Amino acid sequence: MSEKLYIQKYCSIKNKEVYVGGKLMFSSETSIAKDFFKSVYQFLDIKYSKFFKMDNLSKLAFLSAEFLLDKNVSEEKNTAIILSNNASSLDTDRKYQDSINDSENYYPSPAVFVYTLPNIGIGEISIRHQLKSENGFFVFENYNANFHYNYENSLLQNNKCDSVLAGWVNIDKDSYEAFLYLVSERGEIEHTEENLKQLYNL
Amino acid sequence: MENLKLELKKNIIEVLNLEDISLEDFGDKDSLLGDGIGLDSIDALELIVMLDKDYGIRLSDPKEGKKIFENVEVMAAYIAEHRTK
Repeated sequence: MSEKLYIQKYCSIKNKEVYVGGKLMFSSETSIAKDFFKSVYQFLDIKYSKFFKMDNLSKLAFLSAEFLLDKNVSEEKNTAIILSNNASSLDTDRKYQDSINDSENYYPSPAVFVYTLPNIGIGEISIRHQLKSENGFFVFENYNANFHYNYENSLLQNNKCDSVLAGWVNIDKDSYEAFLYLVSERGEIEHTEENLKQLYNL
Repeated sequence: MENLKLELKKNIIEVLNLEDISLEDFGDKDSLLGDGIGLDSIDALELIVMLDKDYGIRLSDPKEGKKIFENVEVMAAYIAEHRTK
């Protein structure tokens, strides 16, 4: 792996808008996360029925990845995934808790339970893009550019993968924020801690 | 029986978030698992919960579900015979 690595593509989804490479790609009026994600799914014009079964965190991760990964490019098959957030899977944990709170009406939902871990979103991206690569999900107070830079750099410099899909994917109720990017040997924006911070704050 | 089949289809679509399947596309004899409607093993578990919650039917052996969930027609017949609510 060459010493210089680049942020090949990046995407941001928050406040009812989707930006790819800094350009507005899609916006919607709805302030309900589930409805917004559905409108982004429809905008992408894909047919993937499993999307509607995902929890909101997985939907956000899945949609962000759709803007960055070309499912037809074989060289991207060895793409590691390193994600982080603040709320872990709390949004879905609450829904699951609601289904078991009442002992008189105790019907735990298997379909909700399977999403009570934040890294399930990585699994959904991996299934969609047939990735069997290194991956990890970390929980931080805020987006940690220093951690991400070092982890992504280490994976690539040690030839653990050819590219890394990484970033921040956070949701709690209807407040959501995703900042995902693809790191590889190609691109124009150098993969540095400062650049990651700058793109995150755009 | 026709009402029960319609109710089942509506419930299955809602409970399993099958947003891309309409009632018109949902045939009585469409296979629920695998090819057809395309439900997976987690969906089957969710249907077992639905049987308990909505119809008071408790399946002691999850393997029973494979026969019962063959299609809506089979499912409705089983519910009509075993429901307690």
